[in-house]
This record gives sequence, C-alpha cells and structure tokens, in this order.
Amino acid sequence: MNDWIYTDIVKDHFMHPRNVLSDEEDFQEDGRGMVGNVKCGDQMMILIKVDAQKHIITDCRWKTYGCASAIASTSVLSEMVKGMDIEQAYHLSPKDVAKELGSLPEHKIHCSVLGDKALRAAIDDYYDRSGQKDKIQRDEARIICQCMNVTDHEIEEAVLEGARSYYELQEKTKIGTVCGQCEGDARRILEEFLKKHFSTS
Amino acid sequence: MKKQKMKRVYFDHNATTPLHPEVKATIEKALDVFGNPSSFHSFGREARAQIETARELVASFIGAGTDEIFFVGSGSEANNTVLSVLPCNKANCVCQMKTARKVVTTKIEHPCILESAKCMTRKGSEVLFLDVDQYGKVSFDQLKDVLAKDDVGLVSVMMANNEIGTIQDIKLLARLAHEHGALFHTDAVQAVGKIPVDVNKLGVDFLTISAHKIYGPKGVGALYVRRSVPFCPLIVGGHQERGRRAGTENTLGIIGFGKAVQMRKVEWEAEEKRLLDLKHALKDRLSRDIPDIRFNGHPTNCLPGTLNVSFLGVEGESILLYLDMEGIAVSTGSACASGSLDPSHVLLATGVGAEQAHGSIRISLGRENTLEEVEYAAGKIKEVIEKLRGMSTAYKKQRSPA
Repeated sequence: MNDWIYTDIVKDHFMHPRNVLSDEEDFQEDGRGMVGNVKCGDQMMILIKVDAQKHIITDCRWKTYGCASAIASTSVLSEMVKGMDIEQAYHLSPKDVAKELGSLPEHKIHCSVLGDKALRAAIDDYYDRSGQKDKIQRDEARIICQCMNVTDHEIEEAVLEGARSYYELQEKTKIGTVCGQCEGDARRILEEFLKKHFSTS
Repeated sequence: MKKQKMKRVYFDHNATTPLHPEVKATIEKALDVFGNPSSFHSFGREARAQIETARELVASFIGAGTDEIFFVGSGSEANNTVLSVLPCNKANCVCQMKTARKVVTTKIEHPCILESAKCMTRKGSEVLFLDVDQYGKVSFDQLKDVLAKDDVGLVSVMMANNEIGTIQDIKLLARLAHEHGALFHTDAVQAVGKIPVDVNKLGVDFLTISAHKIYGPKGVGALYVRRSVPFCPLIVGGHQERGRRAGTENTLGIIGFGKAVQMRKVEWEAEEKRLLDLKHALKDRLSRDIPDIRFNGHPTNCLPGTLNVSFLGVEGESILLYLDMEGIAVSTGSACASGSLDPSHVLLATGVGAEQAHGSIRISLGRENTLEEVEYAAGKIKEVIEKLRGMSTAYKKQRSPA
C-alpha cells in the first residue's frame, strides 16, 4: 500500500489511541480542560491528575472529536505529559507535539494546536481548584490592526490556516487594508508565529 | 516482509471508476494507432476513423448528432468552456453573443462550475447561485423569479449531484430557461450511463460528459452543443474538433471513451436496479445497526449507487482513514479531508448543520460491487463508528443496548 500523508507514529496513535477516557471508568481528575467546537470540526477534552507535592502530572485522560491528526495529537500529548513537571507542561507548544509525532502535514498543524490549549485549560482548572489562581496566565488578545480590528490571536490562526506571506495574511484577515499603519507590527508578528509553528531549527 | 493480501472494497465510484475490461482490451488493441488524426495520410486516417466511431457511439447514446459532440480533456474543461461562452463579448467575435448577460447556476455545482462562475464575476458578468431545498433540489420559484426579472443568458444546473446523488428535473428547468430566452447547460457527468439521458427529451443546449466516471479512461470528456447554439472555443489555435477545441486529439482516450459508452448502453439498465437493491440493503443495515445517523440527499430522486450518510459525534476524515485501514474506500464531506476548513458546500447548501456535514461519508457503488462487500463494509462501518464515538467529546451514548 502507498503511504498515507501521515507518519507511522501518527498512524499508530490514531489507530491505537492511548489514555482515552472510557465511559465506564471513574477517573477522579484534578483538572479538566475543553477547547474547540464541533462546528469547526474539532473539539478536545483533557483530564489530568496532579501530584501537588511534586508538582507533576501523574495521569491523563482525554476525548477528542476530530480528524486523524487531532486524535493522534491528543493521544501523544497524553503520553508526553505523564510524569512531567506541571510548569513545563504548561509551556508545551504545538510544535513540541508535532515533533513527537514525527511531523504533521502543514495543513494539519492547526488540528494539533487545540491539544496544548486543552492541556493549558486543564492546568488552569487545576490551579483554580487548588487555590493557585495567581499562576493562571491569562492569554489576552491584543489588537494589532485598529482599522479592521484584527488581533494577534487572529494572526496566529491565519498562520496556522496557511498564511505564509503578508499578502496571504491580508487575504485572510484584511489586516492593514485601510490605513496600513500596522504593517510593520503585523509583519513582525507574522514572522514570530511562522517561526513558532513552522521553523525546523 | 510478507504482507497478507488485504480484502479491498471500492466504494468510491463517483470519484472515478476502474476501466471496464472491454475498454481496457479495446485500448490495448489501439496502442499502436499513433497517427495524427488531422493528417491526410493513411496513418492519420486510421486514427481519424476510430475517433469518428467513438463520436458516433457517444452521440447516439445521448440522442445527439455527431456534429453536436466534441471531445475535450475532462468534464471540468467542458464545464469551463460553457461558462466561458457568455462573458465573451467582443463585438466581432464568431460566437455572436451580444453582451455579457447574467448567468444562473446553483450552490451545489461541482467546483469547476462554481469557480468558473466566480471568475466570470471578476470579468464583469453577474452570476446568481440558486438555493436548494433540504434534499438538494433546485428552487424552481427562485429560478422563475430571476428569469422574469433579469436578462439571463445562461442557466447551468447539474443533472445529478456527485456528493448526495440528488437528481434535478432538468427537462422542466431547461424549458423554463428557454421560455425566457436563456440557454441551458447541464453538467451530466454523474448522470450519463446511470440514468436515462437524452439531449432532445431534456431539451438542453449544452451537456457535459466525462469518460472516467463510466469505466472509461481519465483525461477525456465530451461536450454536447446543440446545433445553431452560439459557441466560442476555450482552447483556440487549431482546427481540431471542427475548430471547437484546438489540440491534437487524445486518440486512445477517445477510443476508450467510445467503448465505455457502448458498454454502458448494454449494462446500465440492469445495473441501475442491482445498485439500487445494494444501496437499500446497505441503508437498512446501517439504520438498523448504528444509532444517530442521518441520510443526506433525496430519498428517491437519487443516483442508484450513491448513499451519503452522516454519523453524529464523529468526524469524516477519521471514518475514512479507519475504513481505509480495513481496505474500504469511501469519501467524505468533512473539511479536514479536503484540506480546507469548510465542510462540504453541498451539504451546507441543503441546510444541514456543520456537525452533520463534518461527519458525513459518501458511499458510491459500481458495477463490480457485490452484496457480500456491502455486508462486509456495513459491519466494519459499525465497528469504526463505535470506536470513534467512544473517544469523541461530541457523542454521549444514550443507553447501552440490552
């Protein structure tokens, strides 16, 4: 048979997903995070158990509605975080997940992004439940283009959906199409996100 | 490493079909026919004769004259050609179209029509996309309104939809268009060879056919253009196909196309009944075994072998890939499989929600499929849906069966 567009690791996690929350199981989680929505085609839920003394994630369960890369991303993430320091887990990036999977096709990177978001939501929930609200890092969106009301989050989304140049970013977001003052900022942020998600170094 | 040969089931005939054995044999026999059909010498005449035989077969299959059929590179090319006729408004052009008039098509056309239509709007034409109802049927009243109100030059409506199989009443739509002085085109790529298609009974001006959907080779199609209807070629620069499509003919493709049509003539009627039975068997099994499913498309006015079904709480690409691992080939209207972020424009046009569109698969049966394959696939689909629902955030089991 010819190759899939996915790596063998993706295929393995897709076909044999680890740590799926089963309906019969009574998993007493310390934190729960749910992101995405069914309308957009993917939704993930991550449950974690935390050793409060050692600050490590001891166990993890998940459920995902989505395509093969979404399912494989959550599965591999659930393996990665077991035994991981909670602060370290908080800063896992989509690129870390993709790397563990041996890469994802470029147009599928956005499917894996939800994984680390769900994990952060679960950790935030743990912080909230355990009275450590000060540790929650609010990720506020910042408006870059005042005219068209485009935020840095939207730039990141556009990058993950395939925008590689300023022109493509403008096509997707209409950023800088009125007064054009934000072009410098927008180009710099675009570069940052390209580096964050797609650079191989 | 030795690999056990996996059972493979092909349920994706609306995407493409394998060559009919007779077509394969005909092409093999024709491999040495290399002359340029435009050449006057014996080599050329040999190729020309075979092309004209194929033209007769294709023309007679849809009730057309041989001078009304010309061969093109694909169904997409035929559709692009038709839509390019209208915005051509050069004053002295041979096609004699007066001006860029309005074009009307539908929201559920194949992308080659939708994209061409959008391209026309950039060239200054006005295009209207008709709505469809929940089964994918074009809105008659809406067409009537726009024809009465606007100066419509061309109406293009596909005969049978590739994703949901819904069949339009082309005869009525064409008559309506003609009553208001508009030309009528139908993309019949999915219809020809599966349901009756006769250009005179339908009363259409243009009709598109593709060879590879009916067990012929890829890279060849035909466009029917009614005599006396204004026409302008898309590809110019040669006198081939009586000046209607420049470029040396795809001789082997056309020969195979002719044979494919000939075989359809023999086989299609018996096959229509057989495929309908298989589809009903599949539909019944799925409805019986799997809760929370929805069938998309028209319950009766539908291509015999096409079944589009949505499984709530699961995403189509996952279903497709799990089935692929079992050797079963289907396709999906989910966004993720297409590389875009939007699910099927056809399903959305019928008004189903995004979730139902994301969770849809299209099963399209063909001449080699058997009841045994249908039963095997139905069993595997059940397993796959249960597994995916088990790991989905979007599915809650109602009650486990007793």
